[in-house]
Formats: sequence, C-alpha cells, structure tokens
Amino acid sequence: MSKPVIATTSLAGCFGCHMSLLDIDEKILDLIELVEFNKSPIDDIKTFTKPVDVGIIEGGCCNSENIHILKYFRENCKILVSLGECAMMGGLPAMRNTIPLEECIREAYLDGPSTSNVEGILPNDDELPIILDKVYPCHEIVKIDYFLPGCPPRADLIWDALLHLAAGKKLELAYESFKYD
Amino acid sequence: MSQKIIIDPVTRVEGHGKVTIYLDNDNNVSQSRLHIVEFRGFERFIQGRPYWEAPVLVQRLCGICPVSHHLAAAKAIDVITGAGKGDGLTPTAEKMRRLMHYGQIFQSHVLHFFHLASPDLLFGLDAAIDIRNIIGVAKENKHLAVMGIMMRKFGQEIIKVTAGKKIHGTGAIPGGINKHLSVEERDSFLKGDNSIDQMIDWSLEALAFLKNYHKNNKDFIDNFASFPSSHLSIVRKDGAMDLYHGVIRAVDYKGNRILDDVDYHDYLDYIAEGVKNWSYMKFPYLKHLGPDKGWYRVGPLARLNTCDFIPTPLAQKEFEEFRSYTGGKPNNMTMHYHWARLIETLHAAEVMKELLNDDDLLSGELVIKGEKQSEGVGVIEAPRGTLIHHYRIDKNDRIEMANLIVSTTNNNNPMNLAVNEAAKQMMQGQREITEPMMNAVEVAIRAYDPCLSCATHALGQMPLEIVLKDKNDTIIQVKRT
Repeated sequence: MSKPVIATTSLAGCFGCHMSLLDIDEKILDLIELVEFNKSPIDDIKTFTKPVDVGIIEGGCCNSENIHILKYFRENCKILVSLGECAMMGGLPAMRNTIPLEECIREAYLDGPSTSNVEGILPNDDELPIILDKVYPCHEIVKIDYFLPGCPPRADLIWDALLHLAAGKKLELAYESFKYD
Repeated sequence: MSQKIIIDPVTRVEGHGKVTIYLDNDNNVSQSRLHIVEFRGFERFIQGRPYWEAPVLVQRLCGICPVSHHLAAAKAIDVITGAGKGDGLTPTAEKMRRLMHYGQIFQSHVLHFFHLASPDLLFGLDAAIDIRNIIGVAKENKHLAVMGIMMRKFGQEIIKVTAGKKIHGTGAIPGGINKHLSVEERDSFLKGDNSIDQMIDWSLEALAFLKNYHKNNKDFIDNFASFPSSHLSIVRKDGAMDLYHGVIRAVDYKGNRILDDVDYHDYLDYIAEGVKNWSYMKFPYLKHLGPDKGWYRVGPLARLNTCDFIPTPLAQKEFEEFRSYTGGKPNNMTMHYHWARLIETLHAAEVMKELLNDDDLLSGELVIKGEKQSEGVGVIEAPRGTLIHHYRIDKNDRIEMANLIVSTTNNNNPMNLAVNEAAKQMMQGQREITEPMMNAVEVAIRAYDPCLSCATHALGQMPLEIVLKDKNDTIIQVKRT
C-alpha cells in the first residue's frame, strides 16, 4: 500500500506552526517512514504532483495570493486542516482588521521614522499580489475539515493529529487542547 | 527576443517572495529582482497597545526566530521602563536572556544549515527535486540528519527553560526576566547523550563537513554569486563578537571603518530606508553614503568581517582560519555565509556551556525598574543579522510609534545583487532555462537565510515558477518545478 500523502503551506502566518511540527524532533525520522511529503516549503515541490490525503494550512489570508494557494490546496487535498490561530481566526495579523489598510501602508512606507521616501513611492508593481481589505481565517474562504488550536499548536498535538489523519481516522480533540496562547 | 523569468515562490527559505529575471535579445541578464510579496502592517496596528505587550506581540512576526524579536523588543522596553540602555539589568536577568538568545542562534543556524541548505551541498544543485530536501538527507546520510535534528532540539529546549515555551515564549519582561533556571533544568543540558559537550563536538563535525566540501568545490563556494559589499553588525565595545549587546560597526569591502562603534540608540542618525514600488520590503542604507553606496550586508558573514575576535577558544581558532583565508580582509564570498554560520554555531554552543555553569542563573534578582522614559531602542544580532526595534509611548503607557528594521530587510539590496549574480553566472547566453539554473538562483537566496516573513513582517514559502515573456510581455514559455 502506498503511503499517505501530506502537503503543507504557510499563508499569512509566521512559520511558527511549521517550526512546531519540526519540534517533534527525532519523530521526524518516524514520520518520513509513515507518510510521503508533497508540496511543502520544506522541500522543492512547488506544484502538486499527485492527489494529497492531508493538507495542512498555517496562516490566514491577507492577500490575493493566499486565497489562490488556499483554493489550490482545497482542490488537491482530501482533508484540509487549519493549523494554529492565524489559520483558524486570522491570529495576530488580523489585528490590522480594525484599522484602515491605507493607514498601515502609510505608516510602513511614508511615515516611519527611518523611512526616506520623498517621492512617496508605494509598492504597487504588477508582480506584487493585492493586499486584502482585512485578514480572513481560512474557513471563511474554503471548507476546512479540522482545526488544531495554539500559537503555535504543541508538537505532540500535531504529531497525534497527523498519526490519526494519515491512518484515515477521524480526529477528536480533547476539550483541554483548546488553549489560545 | 527579450525575456522575463519569474521564480515564484522560492522554497527552502522561510518567507514569501518571488524572483523576476529580465533577459535581453541575446539572453544577457539585464535586471533581476527579488520581490517580497507579503505585507503585515505591524508598525501601525501595534499602536494603542500597552508597551509591555510588545515583546510577546511582535515576536509573532516570525516563528523561526521569535526569541530575537522577543529580546529586541524587551531591550527597547527596558529603556522605557527605566532599566538602563542595555547594561542595567541584574546579572541573573542578563545571563538568562543571553542563554535564551544563544539557544536561539544555535537552533536557527542548525535549522538553516541542516534542514534547508545541506541538501544542495549533499546532492548538488541539479539533483532530482524529490530527494533535494531534509528527508532526502535523512535517507542518504542519516547521521547528518540526526545531528541536525538533535542539535535543533537542544537549542529549542534551552529556549523552553528560559522563555517558557519553545516558540513564542514569555520569559523576557520589562526590566528583566520572569524565572530562574532550576538545578534539574541545568543538569539536563550538562549530562547525558545530548549534553552541551556533545553539541560542541557536533558543531565541530558540521564545520569539518563544510570545510571538506569547500576543499572539493572551491570554485563554486568561492565564486558563486559573490560580490564586494560593506558589512554591518553590533560588536562588543572591545571589538569582540557579541550577539546580544554592543555598538554598531560597519566596514567597507576593503575593511575600512565606515561606521565606528556608534551607540545604537542613535540609529536614526546613521540608517535610513528607501522604498521601491516592486517590493513590500524596504531598502536600508547608511545615510552618510546615500542609497546607492550606503547599502551593506548583515548576518554571519558580516559579523565575522566586523568583529576583531570571538571570545570563546574553539570558535576563535576557526575565526582565525576564516580570516586568514582572505588575508585578514573582509570576506565577500556569498557562499561563505554557511562557513561563518557554522563558526557562530560553535561559538553559541561554547557560550551556552559557560552560561550553564554560571550559578547566577539559579538565583538572584530578576527584575529592576527605574524612572520611566517615553522612548526606547533595542538592537540585537538575530541569527540573520542586525535587528532594530524602536518604540515610543504616550502618557497612558500605550505605544504611539513603533519602528522595526529587521535582519532580512537589512540584506534586501545584497540579496537582489546575489540573485542577479547567480542569474548571470547560470543563465547568461543560455538557450534554454533549466530547473537546476532556477534552483541555483534559490541557492544564492538561501545563503542569506532570509526570513522573509520577518522582513515584510510576514512569513511563508516560496515555490518556483519561471515564465518566459517577450518584450511585449507576451508569455513564450512557462516552466514549473
């Protein structure tokens, strides 16, 4: 039987959830025996090369590119998991949701005390994705099957979830797992 | 036919970015750009929050080196809380923070070298995509992978006992630290199979691996994506390497001082940032030299070029070998970032050993306070380079101004140059653009270990897509890896 296929991505997150996955430490060597990794920032597979069993999303959506990647994951993954608070609720980046986007851009590129920008240049090149009006949690964009809470979720929580989902089992989280730190 | 090549996203670096390379009619590289595609807006949305929240909020810029932001913010908040300008903490607080920081340097450098960069060295730039990753390393050279995993674990455990959590901890508080080290915690690092002595041995082994690779691949390591530049970092007042506290020093590519050990609280007198419309990441430079000549590199390579010596014996020995390779002059070779990074890894292990044997960690005053100030600057050498945090508060203790110049932003111009050099070396005049050529461009970016998430005050992954366009922007060919 072929191994279950896993894919991961980080959208508007800080990569801390991916780091927490690596915090399973020596179990990484077990994990790579149990599952096969497809598209992920830890390897060089940049587009899906086969159907994926479990897709893991870190981060919410703050720009058009995040939305595109999230939909791309939904289309290619049987099960999609929101990993951590940013994917589940927007997280810290969603602190900007109460502030007009223009003010955030003004502060970063015009008003900052070390910024020197007399011409008033703003990042607007066609190569750059469009910033969304606010930061959205993933389940407001696509259907999400499971949610793993934490900032970041604990390594052993991620490990247990991966073992369950890779074995085709349903995931039930204990009440006390829901910590928002 | 002129072409535009796009690499989007770049992988095995920690951040959101993409690359465009413009080729003219004869396939000469005319321009290359590394675009940072994410924007967060931290400086604005943190306004209005109580100042003591900064160390726990702002570290969420980056989950790879959260400790760096945690401590840079804490150092700035120390000033505000009246605990002095970086030298006023109690010995216990200062040493606990240093242990946290050197644990962070250790784990982050290890992650970068073993998990992200070693596949290129082990398998070559043109190896099959499906083995060119840490999993491939584990299958090819299990010992190397186990070393990487266990060294990273050691650093993360050090962070856990000093900051409270491996990622996004809470240890540093205004004016100090919130816990001591227990004897049990200390002993877990001094004894057993994965002790600090083992970490020092493995750091030496990793260095031996890299130096051996260098010997067999001199042309690549010395010449790939190299270019002359200035270098900037903080150093201890006596010129020693110090990653936690010091004064700002910069040297030009010949070794002349262009910033002579200045007080970092005055950073606004020396450093400014330009804006370009094709990147969300700004472009810092030294004000007295201007944007065209004032840019500089930061990070391990820069730090080994600015400091006079490394204050631990084994790393000092390696430092002398590193410096003698360029006759004592600054080393401008991009791939030597990896060499410098592993020397710092060894240094971090030696510093951790000193600190773990220091009884000040086990007891003593944790926090001091003084007269409240309205403004504070904190600077630290993060794994990727100089990191600047600056906050001002209002009369109700709320942050009214926050300014962050993060390590990868300091390396923005150099990374663009490295991309351009790599593109020239690999693609110039080539009829067909292949996947290994594109990976080579990513290898140049990876040397800097860019934490692009920090840089835009965001983070993520960069896959790779190359689009060839003619000068009318019509797509000729699309390649994906």
